[in-house]
Amino acid sequence: MERPLTNFIRALRSSEVRVSTGEALDAAHTLKLIGYADRSMLKDSLACVLAKSPEEKLTFDELFELYFSRQETSAQSEQDDADASDTSESQADASDLVDLMESGDESAISLALEKAAEAAGTDDIRFSTQVAYYAQQMVKKMGGEALQARLLEALQQGGQDGDAEAQRLIDVRRDVTMKARERAEKAFQVFGAGETQQFRDDYAAEKKLSAIDRSDMERMKRLIAKIAKRLAVKHSRRKRRRNRGQLDVRRTMRANAGFDGVPFNVIWRQKRKDKPKIVVVCDVSGSVAQYVRFLLLLLWSMKDVVPDMHAFAFSFRLGSVDEVLEQNDFETAMTKILREYGMGSTSYGQAWSDLKINHEQIIDRRTTLLVLGDARSNYGDPRMDLFREFAARAKRVIWLNPEGPGLWGTGDSVIPRYAPFCAQVTHVSTLKDLERAVDEILSAYN
Amino acid sequence: MAKDLPTGYEPMTSVDAITAGLEGVGYISTKQISTAVFLAHGLRKPILIEGPAGVGKTDLAASLSRWLDLPLLRLQCYEGLDEGKALYEWKYGKQLLYTQILKEKLNEVIGDAGSLESSLGKLSTFEDLFFSEQFLESRPLLTAMKQEVGSVLLIDEIDKSDEEFEAFLLEVLSDYQVTVPEIGTISANVPPLVILTSNNVRELGDALKRRCLHLHIGFPDHARERRIVRARVDGLEEALLDQMVSFVQSVRDVDIKKRPSIAETVDWAKTLLLLHATALDETFVRDTLNVLLKHESDIAVIGPEVPKMLREAVAQKPGSRTASGYPDLG
Repeated sequence: MERPLTNFIRALRSSEVRVSTGEALDAAHTLKLIGYADRSMLKDSLACVLAKSPEEKLTFDELFELYFSRQETSAQSEQDDADASDTSESQADASDLVDLMESGDESAISLALEKAAEAAGTDDIRFSTQVAYYAQQMVKKMGGEALQARLLEALQQGGQDGDAEAQRLIDVRRDVTMKARERAEKAFQVFGAGETQQFRDDYAAEKKLSAIDRSDMERMKRLIAKIAKRLAVKHSRRKRRRNRGQLDVRRTMRANAGFDGVPFNVIWRQKRKDKPKIVVVCDVSGSVAQYVRFLLLLLWSMKDVVPDMHAFAFSFRLGSVDEVLEQNDFETAMTKILREYGMGSTSYGQAWSDLKINHEQIIDRRTTLLVLGDARSNYGDPRMDLFREFAARAKRVIWLNPEGPGLWGTGDSVIPRYAPFCAQVTHVSTLKDLERAVDEILSAYN
Repeated sequence: MAKDLPTGYEPMTSVDAITAGLEGVGYISTKQISTAVFLAHGLRKPILIEGPAGVGKTDLAASLSRWLDLPLLRLQCYEGLDEGKALYEWKYGKQLLYTQILKEKLNEVIGDAGSLESSLGKLSTFEDLFFSEQFLESRPLLTAMKQEVGSVLLIDEIDKSDEEFEAFLLEVLSDYQVTVPEIGTISANVPPLVILTSNNVRELGDALKRRCLHLHIGFPDHARERRIVRARVDGLEEALLDQMVSFVQSVRDVDIKKRPSIAETVDWAKTLLLLHATALDETFVRDTLNVLLKHESDIAVIGPEVPKMLREAVAQKPGSRTASGYPDLG
């Protein structure tokens, strides 16, 4: 396969556009079919073969412009002087460099830059911190050292001539460094930016949620949207599980009435599956609020998959927050929720009693009751009786605890008393944990 | 795949030829669309078209079949669609009927066989008869494979089908062949031109996406929509056409439940023509808004905006004034 294409595919892959081998081959066939000549057609065609979702299309468009605008000069260079390419191996002369920079011949300069970039292996760039390094390498390949030597010489020589010469060399040096930086920066945009993004995302997913600050919020939002989508894809298809072994006589007879009752089409009883229903109860007191933010954001992004979802918040009194979440954008809703329910000393007992009195009907046998909280109830009555009742009524109860297991049961923590009634008590501290928990909940309905 | 048989795809020599050909049958294509079709033919790959409802996804398949004069085979997907309905089924009823008719014959055949075993042996030769092409009911996919000169196969709204069906489709789409256990493999002489459409009801599997070319058709821009309406509706004045297209385009910018599709623009154009309108004015737009919008709540949202949108739509073409050409219908 041609190198420009393989490199482009590498760039796509590093930016989260998944390109399979089959698709890479298709792209190669496509090139054979239409060639490089017509840029816009090339773009349309490759997009058609390589980018398979709106997000991928956006990434593709961006990278295509970056990559192929550069490609043009380098393709030209290969034609212009195929044999001259080995000169870039050895270091070019300083006077050549000065002449070149002062000639103002843009195409010749960019040609030389391309060659230097190739010699320095600039396309291997992965992180933005490497830009300076690769730029330096490029300058070196273009004869930077010889230039430096001449500059020193001129400075030592002194006098009017020497100073003028030195100034001239300094200008050239600055010029060439700037251009090399630009070129390295571009290489980073194509080959490194996606990977850095990926790296940061992976890091953010593993980072303790309590340690995430405001500046990371945008990234987290994007990440959560991605996770929500991943989970949605996984769980939106409701697989029909056939419960073979039990004949549905009535339906079989009816289906085969046309064949004199000879059972050609045999119909088996199918088990009806429950639709997921999630009732989430969140402790929004200070220590837990940060986790609630992410859990609710994740759950609310999945509204399409789980339309039957209800959220309650409490610290002292408990109330439904569905309406607030539906009517406001997420940030505003969260502020409102925290303002309304975040105050007061935490009382789990009071929360259960509020849930029982005002919203008892919401918990039925389809319901997964999801509790997010540290179960620190200020030594109040945890109302085990009510919790036991909810647990018996619901499909299952899952408790997500932001505190590590080491702290469970210490001080006013009553989690060990609630635990026997929960199908699962999990410690959540990262986005990954949240994803796992939600995945687990939805899996129970398949 | 060397063959000398003529295929119906010869006119697809270049992207421009495709654009021109489609235009000949009333489909206003874009460069992206034509390129995708060109590649689909060149790489022998299905095209997966995504985009909002009513932007001409299905119509592309129909237009291709019209232009190339090839049979159009359409498979409408829905939840619960299975192989039997998509590929082939045995004509059980007919088989049964034949058994009845052949009963006496069978008695004769079996009659002189001494034991049960030997009569079964004799009967087994008949089994082949029952499971032959004669009793095979071919559904769209198999029919498409059997077309001698190729065909256009439209698999509509693939996102409505189940995951299992999607997986089953992969085999058919990558090899263009179908295996009927009792008969053998039937592979397409000329691979059909396959078009799959999706409204994004659910996310499609990666495996399917990988095997297809991907094309997204969005709402058309002003110029293209204008040409589409012109191709469908005859006799609409230029100025009016401009105004109504501008108006529809601005309606699409508003966040409503169902944004008007091309089909609705065309319907509206027909309405205008029917009512002999010569220019858009407020009463007229209000009275016919239900042609464009299909939800009561959407009409409620757009209603108050009408005067403003109308001013903008009319202002785009200087010189044309809102003379009320709307006849009083009582």
